[in-house]
Amino acid sequence: MKKILFDRIDEPGLNTLAVYERRGGYGALRKALAMSPQEVLDELLTSAIRGRGGAGFQMGKKVSFLPKGDMDKYLVCNADESEPGTFKDRELMQKSPHMLIEGIVIAAYAGGIDRAFIYIRGEYAYQADILDAAIEEARAAGYIGERILGSDHTLSLVLHRGAGAYICGEETGLLDSLEGKRGNPRLKPPFPALEGLYDGPTLINNVETLSTVPHIIAMGGAEYAKIGTETSTGTKLVSVSGDVKRPGNYEIELGTPSREIIFDLAGGPPDGRTVKLWFPGGSSAPVLTAEDLDIPYDFDSMAKAGSMLGSGAIIVVDDSHPVLDVAMKLAKFYAHESCGKCVPCREGTNWTVKMLERIESGEATPMDLEIMASVQEQIIGNCLCVLGDAMAMPIGSIIEKYRPELEAHIEAARERAGTGSLEDVVALGVADQHAGPMPVH
Amino acid sequence: MSANRAEGPAPKHNDWDRPVTAPVPRFAHGSRVPGWDDAVDLTKDPAVVPDPATTPVPDALREKIEAAMARYPDPDSASIPALHAAQEEHGWCSPEAIDQVAAVMRVTPAYLTSVATFYDMLVTYPKGRNDVFVCTNISCSLRGADELYEAMSAAAADEEDITVRSFECLGACDIAPMASVNGEYVGPLEHADIERIFADLRAGKPVLEEKQLRYRPCADPGAAGE
Repeated sequence: MKKILFDRIDEPGLNTLAVYERRGGYGALRKALAMSPQEVLDELLTSAIRGRGGAGFQMGKKVSFLPKGDMDKYLVCNADESEPGTFKDRELMQKSPHMLIEGIVIAAYAGGIDRAFIYIRGEYAYQADILDAAIEEARAAGYIGERILGSDHTLSLVLHRGAGAYICGEETGLLDSLEGKRGNPRLKPPFPALEGLYDGPTLINNVETLSTVPHIIAMGGAEYAKIGTETSTGTKLVSVSGDVKRPGNYEIELGTPSREIIFDLAGGPPDGRTVKLWFPGGSSAPVLTAEDLDIPYDFDSMAKAGSMLGSGAIIVVDDSHPVLDVAMKLAKFYAHESCGKCVPCREGTNWTVKMLERIESGEATPMDLEIMASVQEQIIGNCLCVLGDAMAMPIGSIIEKYRPELEAHIEAARERAGTGSLEDVVALGVADQHAGPMPVH
Repeated sequence: MSANRAEGPAPKHNDWDRPVTAPVPRFAHGSRVPGWDDAVDLTKDPAVVPDPATTPVPDALREKIEAAMARYPDPDSASIPALHAAQEEHGWCSPEAIDQVAAVMRVTPAYLTSVATFYDMLVTYPKGRNDVFVCTNISCSLRGADELYEAMSAAAADEEDITVRSFECLGACDIAPMASVNGEYVGPLEHADIERIFADLRAGKPVLEEKQLRYRPCADPGAAGE
C-alpha cells in the first residue's frame, strides 16, 4: 500500500519549508484556492473522511454545520494528544509540520474561517518549537496571513501550548482551556459548530484529520474514498504499544485485519507470551480478547465488536499481567484526570479505584464486582463529557470478560491477607442477606 | 422501631469471632477523608487585582506576558502561557509569581490560582530546577515503568535540583518506559540510565542523547518510500 501521511516521513529537513515545497507541498493549497469554498467542501464530503481523534464523525459534515455569512469563525486543531497509548500526532507534527499547516489553511478556506489555533499539549515542547518555526516560515512565505497567495482568503494561526490535562483533549474542555480557564467541559448543545470558542462558530479537528486534507484535495475526494472500506475511507495511523516487539506508528488502510497490525507490523507479543487482551482505540475503548484478533480494523467493525476505533491506539497486554493491574491503572488515570464537574464521573472514578484496592488488599467479595459493574453503568451517559464513560466502558468490559480471573484474584488476596475464605463469609449469611459488601444494620 | 429496640436486648452488630474486613485506615483527626489541605482564613477579604504600582514585575516576564496577551482576541486566553513564563522565572507558581501575572493581566490572583491548580505542569509548591516526568500510564507500566519511577525517586531523594514526578501518558509509548527530562523525551529506559540522566543534568549536557526520541526513525517500514 502506498503511504499517504507517512510517505518518506523521515526525509531529513521535511520540517522546513524548502524541502516540503520541493516535494510539492502547498500545491494542494494552490489548487484549493482556485476552487470555490463550496467545491473544496464538496471534495471533503465526497472523501467521507471520518475524524481521526476519537469520535469518528465525518469531517466534511462538521464543516457544513458551520453557519454561513460574515462573522468571526474559528478553527481549532486539537493537538492535545493525551489518550493513553496514542502518539501518532506527535510524529506527524515533529516530522511534517507544514502538512498540518496546509491542511488547516485549506479547511479554514472551506469553512469561511479567518482565525485558527493549534492547541498542543504542553508536554510536546519539542514538537511545539518545530511547529512555531514552521508557522513563522509559512507566514513569511505568504501561506498564512492576509490575502493568501493573492486570493480573498485571510487566516491567522496561533500555536497555544497547554499545561498537562487529559480533559483538554475533549473539545469543549479544550475551548475553555484555550479561553484561559480551567479545562472544564461544557454542556452540549449548543455544539461548538454554532457556539464554540469565544462564543463563535468553531470547527475542531484532530491533527491527523487536518494533515490528510491536502492529500484529499490533491488526489480528489472520490479517489480518496476508494481507499479503505465503504464507511471507513482512507488510511489511518495506528499507534501500537504495550507488549509487542516493535511498538510504533504504522499507517494502514482501514479494514486491515487487526492481527496483521499487531503481529506482522508490530511483531506480536514477546516470545513465549500470548495476547491476553488488547485495547483497539486507546485506553478508553472496551477491551477485546485474543479471539477478536481477526476483526478488520475500521470504525464500523470495531463498533460491531462492542468496542471502538477511537484514536487508533492499540495497546497489547500479554498473559504475564494480571487483569486487575490493568484495571487499576485505568481507574487511577481517569480518577486523576476527572475534572470534577459532574458527580457521576468524579465519584464513580474514585470509588472504582477504592473498590479495586479492596480487591488487592483482600477485603473484597465477588459482590464487589457486581457493585463495581453497577457503578460503571451509572456513569455512562450521565455526564457532560465522555471522560467517565471512557473509564466505565473498559472497566465494565473487563469485569464482564475476565470475571473468573477477578474472582480468583479476590480469593487469593483474601488468602494472603488472612481475611477468611469466601466460603466462611457465605456461611455467615452475609453474602445472601445484603446487597452490599458490608453488613447493613 | 427505636422504642422497641430500647426495650429488647441491644442489637448485635455481628456474631462472628473475627472481623471479615480489615480495619479502616483513618487520618490523625479521626476521619477517613483528609479534609482541607491547608487552613483557610475565612475572615480575610478576597484578594483583589494587584496594584501595578506596588507589584514590581521583572521586565522580561512582563514582556512575555504582554506578548502572549496580544496573540488572542481575548487577553484572558494568555493565562496558561503567562503562568508558564512566571514558573520559568520563579521556579514555581509561588504566590508572588501569581501576583505578578495578575498585575500584568489585570485579573485576580484567585482566578490564576484556579488555573494553576488545574494543570499538572503548573505547580503551586516549590520544586527543583530540573523536572523529570516519568510516565507511569498503562503502556509504560506494562514495560516496568512503576519500578523505574520508584528507583528514580529514590535516587533523586538527595538531589535538591531535580524533582521526579510520575506522570500520566506523555504520548511516547513507542519508547516505553520513558521519561521527559526538562521536556526532552528519552527512552526506552533501563535502571542503569538513571545515574546517567542525573549526571547529564548536573553537567548541563543534553540528557541521554542516544536515547532521545527526536532522533528515532518511524517504525513503519513502508515510510521509507518505494
